[in-house]
Amino acid sequence: MNIQRLFKRLKPGRGAVISIPYFWLLLFFLVPFFIVLKISFAEQDLAIPPFTSLMNLEEGGLLHITLNLGNFDFILSDDFYAKTYLSSLQAALFTTLMCLLLGYPIAYAIARTDPARRNVLLMLVMLPFWTSFLLRVYAWMGLLNENGLINSFLLAIGLVDEPLPLFHNNFSLYLVMVYAYLPFMILPLFSHLVKMDGRLLEAASDLGAGPIKAFFTITLPLSRNGIIAGSMMVFIPAVGEFVIPELVGGPDTLMIGKVLWNEFFDNNNWPMAAAVATVMVLLLIVPIAFLHRFETRQLEGKGNE
Amino acid sequence: MNNQQLSPFLKGMLLLGLLFLYIPIVSLVVYSFNDSKLVTVWGGFSTKWYVSLFQNEQIMSAVKLSLQIALASATAAVILGTIAGFVLARFKRFPGSSLFAGMMTAPMVMPEVITGLSMLLLFISMQQLIGVPAERGFFTIWVGHTTLCMAYVAVVVRSRLLEIDQSLEDAAMDLGARPLKIFFVITLPLVTQAIASGFLLSVTLSLDDLVMTAFLSGPGSTTLPQVIFSKVRLGLNPEINALASITVLAVGVLVIVANYLMLNSQRKRERALAAAMRESNAS
Repeated sequence: MNIQRLFKRLKPGRGAVISIPYFWLLLFFLVPFFIVLKISFAEQDLAIPPFTSLMNLEEGGLLHITLNLGNFDFILSDDFYAKTYLSSLQAALFTTLMCLLLGYPIAYAIARTDPARRNVLLMLVMLPFWTSFLLRVYAWMGLLNENGLINSFLLAIGLVDEPLPLFHNNFSLYLVMVYAYLPFMILPLFSHLVKMDGRLLEAASDLGAGPIKAFFTITLPLSRNGIIAGSMMVFIPAVGEFVIPELVGGPDTLMIGKVLWNEFFDNNNWPMAAAVATVMVLLLIVPIAFLHRFETRQLEGKGNE
Repeated sequence: MNNQQLSPFLKGMLLLGLLFLYIPIVSLVVYSFNDSKLVTVWGGFSTKWYVSLFQNEQIMSAVKLSLQIALASATAAVILGTIAGFVLARFKRFPGSSLFAGMMTAPMVMPEVITGLSMLLLFISMQQLIGVPAERGFFTIWVGHTTLCMAYVAVVVRSRLLEIDQSLEDAAMDLGARPLKIFFVITLPLVTQAIASGFLLSVTLSLDDLVMTAFLSGPGSTTLPQVIFSKVRLGLNPEINALASITVLAVGVLVIVANYLMLNSQRKRERALAAAMRESNAS
C-alpha cells in the first residue's frame, strides 16, 4: 500500500488533517468529562452558575482548595441511588435481551430473503429509525392509555371487563424501551448475517446436521460480532434513558437518567447532577471500552484484507 | 446467503416485528384525522388539527429554528465527519489513534443526559474563563449537535472507504498527483453517496434531539422537540398527532426517494462496469 507510505512521508500535512476533528473532539467531548468530575466536588450555591468554585485565591497568596465529597457520600449512603442505578442496569439488560430475541429472527429473515425484496424489507425496518424518536414514544401514550386503543379494543371484544393497567408502570417502560431500541439491534445483526456464506449451511445439511444444530454451530458463532455490536448499541444508551421513563414510566419507575435530569432542572443542584453523571460514566466505561476494543479489532481485521 | 425459502417461523417473526414497528405509527396518523380533542376517542373525520397546527406560532417558530440548527449542524458534521472517517480508514495508526477512535465511537452510545450536562458545564467554564460563548442558544446547540452527528458521518464514510479499492488512489499518486488533489478528485467523489446519507442522518438526528438540546438551549431558543416534549408531558395532544403524521410522510418520501436513487446509480455503475468488461474482452 504505497499511498500509506506517502501519507507517512507527509507528516505536517497529515498532522493538520488529523488535528481538525481531533481537537474538536478533545475540546467538546473529552475535556467536558473532566469538568463534570471537577464540579461533582463542588457545592450547590445560590449564584450564577449555581455552584461554588473549588479554588479560591485568598489574601496573602493562599490558594484554598475545597473538595466537597458530600455528593458522592450521599450517593453511596442513600439507598435510593443504589436502587436507581441497579434498576437502570436491569431495565437496560432486559431491553437488550428482548431486542436480541426479537431482532435476531427479524435480521436473519431479512438477510435470507432474495436481494430484490431484501432492500424493501430493510427500508421498512429503517423507516421508523429515521422518524422522530420522541414521536414514536408519544405514539405509545395513545395506545397504552386507560382509554387508549389497546384497552378499547380488549373491552370491545369482551376479553376484559375493565381497562388493564398498561400505562405508567414498568410494563409500559420496558415495552417502549424495546420498541425504541429494536432498530439499533436489527441493523448491526443484519449487516453481519448478510455477509455469511449460505454454502456453509448447505454443507452442514449435507453432512447431516439438522437446521437447529446448524444454527447453533454455524450461524450463531459467525454472527457473534453482530450480537456484540448490537447489544452494546442498545445497552449503553438505555442505561441513561430519560425520555421513555419520563413519558411512559410510572411513579415508582427508577431510572438514573431521570434522576440526573431532576437534580439539574428541578432541584437546580448541578454538583449533584455532575456526581450522578460521574458514577454513571464509571459504570458504563467497561461496556464502552469493550465496544471500542471490538470496533478497533474489526477495523484492523478489515484493513488487512 | 440468499434464495432460500423462509421457514414459517421466520416469516411469522418478520411479520410480527413489522407490525410491532408500525402499529404505533399508523395509529398516530389515523388519530390525527380525529375530530375529537380526546385523541383516542373517535369523533369523526376532520383535518382541523392540521389547520390549527399551522396556525400555532409557537410550533412554527420552533420548526424554523430546528431546521436552521439541523442544516448548520449537518453541514459542519459532514465536513468534520468526512475528515474523521478518512483519517480512521486511511491513516490507521498514528500517535493517539486509539483515543481518537474511542472519542469517535463514544458520542453515539453515551447517554445524552451525560453528554448534554458535560457540554453545558464546559460552556459555563469557558464563559467564566474567556467570556465566550456569552449565552446559551443557537451556537451551543450547534456545537452539541455537530459533535453527536459527526460520529455518525465518520462511521458511514469510514465503512465506505474501507469498501472501495485503494488502487485508484495509488494509481493517481503514481501518476504524480498531490495528496490534496487525490483526495478531492478521486476519494471524495467515491464517497459522495456516503456523505449524502451522513448528511441526511445528521439532519434527522439534529431535528429529533431533545435531551442534549435541553441542556444547551437558552431562554430564547426553543427547538421543536422541546415544544413537543412540553406538550406531550401533559398528555395526548391532537396537534402533535398532526405534526407526527407530516413527519412520517416527509421521512417516508425522503427515504423511498433516496433508496430509489441509490439503487438506480448502483445499477448504472454495474451496467457501465459490465460494458467496460465486454469491451476489454472484445479488444
